[in-house]
Amino acid sequence: MTTVATILGDVTPSYWQSTLLRVLIVGIVVPTGALVLAIAFLFKVMAWMQSRLGPYEAGPKGLLQLVAEVGKWLQKEDLVPQGADRIVFKAAPFVILASTFLLYAALPTGPDPAWATSLPTGIYFVLAVGSISVIGVLMAGWASANKYALIGGIRAAGQLIAYELPMVLAAVGVVVLSGSLNLQEIVMAQTQFHAFGDWGPALPFIVVQLPLFVVFMAAVQAELSQSPFDMPIAESEIVSGYQVEYSGFRFLVFFLAEFATAFGFAAIVSTLFLGGWYLPIGLDLDSPLWYVLGPIILFTKIMIVSFIVFWVRFSYPRFREDQLQKLAWKWMIPISLAWITVTSVAVVVWQ
Amino acid sequence: MTATVPDNQQLAYVAAKAADARVNVEFESEGMTLNIGPQHPATHGTLRIVAKLDGEQVVSCEPIPGYMHRGYEKLTEVRTYPQVTTLVNRLDWVGSFANEVPFILAAEKLMDVEAPPRAQHIRTILFEMSRLANIVLFLGDLGAQMGGVTAVFYGFRDREFVLNQIEAVTGGRFHPNFDRIGGIKDDLPKGWIAETKVAMDKVLAFCDQIEDLLIGNEIFQMRARGVGVIPADIALSYGLSGANLRASGVDWDTRRDNCAPGLVYDKVDWKVITHPDGDSFARCWVRLQEVRESAKICQQLLDTIPAGPIMAKVPRIIKVPEGEAYVETENPLGVMGYYVVSKGELTPFRVKIRTPSFNNISVVPWVAKGVYVPDVITILASLYFILGDIDK
Repeated sequence: MTTVATILGDVTPSYWQSTLLRVLIVGIVVPTGALVLAIAFLFKVMAWMQSRLGPYEAGPKGLLQLVAEVGKWLQKEDLVPQGADRIVFKAAPFVILASTFLLYAALPTGPDPAWATSLPTGIYFVLAVGSISVIGVLMAGWASANKYALIGGIRAAGQLIAYELPMVLAAVGVVVLSGSLNLQEIVMAQTQFHAFGDWGPALPFIVVQLPLFVVFMAAVQAELSQSPFDMPIAESEIVSGYQVEYSGFRFLVFFLAEFATAFGFAAIVSTLFLGGWYLPIGLDLDSPLWYVLGPIILFTKIMIVSFIVFWVRFSYPRFREDQLQKLAWKWMIPISLAWITVTSVAVVVWQ
Repeated sequence: MTATVPDNQQLAYVAAKAADARVNVEFESEGMTLNIGPQHPATHGTLRIVAKLDGEQVVSCEPIPGYMHRGYEKLTEVRTYPQVTTLVNRLDWVGSFANEVPFILAAEKLMDVEAPPRAQHIRTILFEMSRLANIVLFLGDLGAQMGGVTAVFYGFRDREFVLNQIEAVTGGRFHPNFDRIGGIKDDLPKGWIAETKVAMDKVLAFCDQIEDLLIGNEIFQMRARGVGVIPADIALSYGLSGANLRASGVDWDTRRDNCAPGLVYDKVDWKVITHPDGDSFARCWVRLQEVRESAKICQQLLDTIPAGPIMAKVPRIIKVPEGEAYVETENPLGVMGYYVVSKGELTPFRVKIRTPSFNNISVVPWVAKGVYVPDVITILASLYFILGDIDK
């Protein structure tokens, strides 16, 4: 608290003031992050990798492409198909968006108490709210009164069950190493983590958790329904799955949620495996500079992780549904379990 | 060298039969019927496929063509011979010059004229280039069907190199309408040969790229290998042709075995690609290799274009003498043939068009049984049809 006092003076915000502040930040950071991600990755990286012309040609440096896309969606009619369950159909995109917004609540972006809710069970919280989105997907799939949408929704549910488990197991390795479920304490553990003796800078957990990092990234890819795990929205098979009946603004919400969730999960990956807002640059942990540097460092890491997510998305064709299940149950879960065992034994032996 | 149905597909087939019986007897329902099409991204056109599903497994699968029938066979009866090429351009619309050639060759056969060597060379080059434009797009589109969206952009991008060259000669990118009875419409523009050689190198580079990106990809191979196996005898009995037939291990290519006079494939060194497996991967692989062979054919022909006229002596108003002729060529999608009946008038009396895609998709009910819904897409993509070519 002393560091905050040096910046803010002797102002101590009340509970409601700080809550309001956090709501504002989550309400601004999420859409901004999603937009930045959409601009930087969907348009620029996609255009660069796939030799698309729009994001280079539309407006100065192609920046108007996004305006054009959003404008196009906003002016479309908001159709609800006949026979659809109207309330559920209309609510579904916002359920998905809500899960996205909740993701950001527990993410630390700097030293305490900067912009973070210090939840003692932070990992459980983010993984739990991250999977709320599948309820929205099921709602959309069922309420659309469309066979393709139904298949897409069911596929999404099956995929979630298969991929939540390796995701949680992959996070367990980090929890074992840091000894805490609190995301802020996981970052703090990485500020003092020395894998190979006490020399050198503090290392992020990825250096000893690389297999779990890979498993976690694959699970994130599946959770986000990105290729090669995009069966729930497989466009060439089931015509975008649960999104098939949506148009206009509601489709835009799906779109926004997709990229905001990618942003959120990239932040979780950065926090768990890459050291979060911390970088061993020789700066003392008590320095108030971290309040500024922390978000910048975290944002850079998020961008790197998102780049990997989208790079994989643009490179690989899609798995078949049964092949995906095989990959999850026969490879990813055993690998996670084995590495958790190795990590636990190592922690017991060396600590 | 004939392909056999693998165990997993046979088991899936039995399971599908059992599922069918279970669905019909125990629940007295027909399972779920899924209409894939007429508007569906995987049918790239308006093909309708009625699939009966048990879960995600396909119990039966029936293609229903005809949503885009334009009656070209009948329309040719009220067009003069030179006008027919305008119509048949629209059959296989991504390799359209190739559609004109067999009709023109049939008319030439009836009239007993032969195009000069230079015209034959240019005709063969354009024929192969429309194959390139077609199959390059197929290889890219394969990515879209399999979920790898990047490949389709590469396909569209690199097809332009070929289309630009076709446009430079014919003036049309999609509907050249360039072939004439007794020769071709115009000579090559200046500098075209050198430019086309560069374009061929770019196509070959595209082949390497798509092999790295898609055909060699592990996930692609998991999706395509062993899926949709068509044994050689089934392929022959359903009248499959082109790469679909050669992927089943049948070494047969009209360009080599039954080359129509008027095309100069006997003067170039190339080989027919076959694959013993007969699965979806084999079909894609054979097409990829065929693009390479085709680029090589073009490169050789570009070096050996003879000098001379580009039109034989034909009357100004073309009247084809009475008779019947059937000419078939190896088009991008398979064997395309025209059976032309003439009564000695300005217009054909009757034209029967044998289009490859119609036969190629007729095997779908046989091959897409007991597979999963994504496999139907793989099978359809690898069989490779163009809607205009099915519905005529």
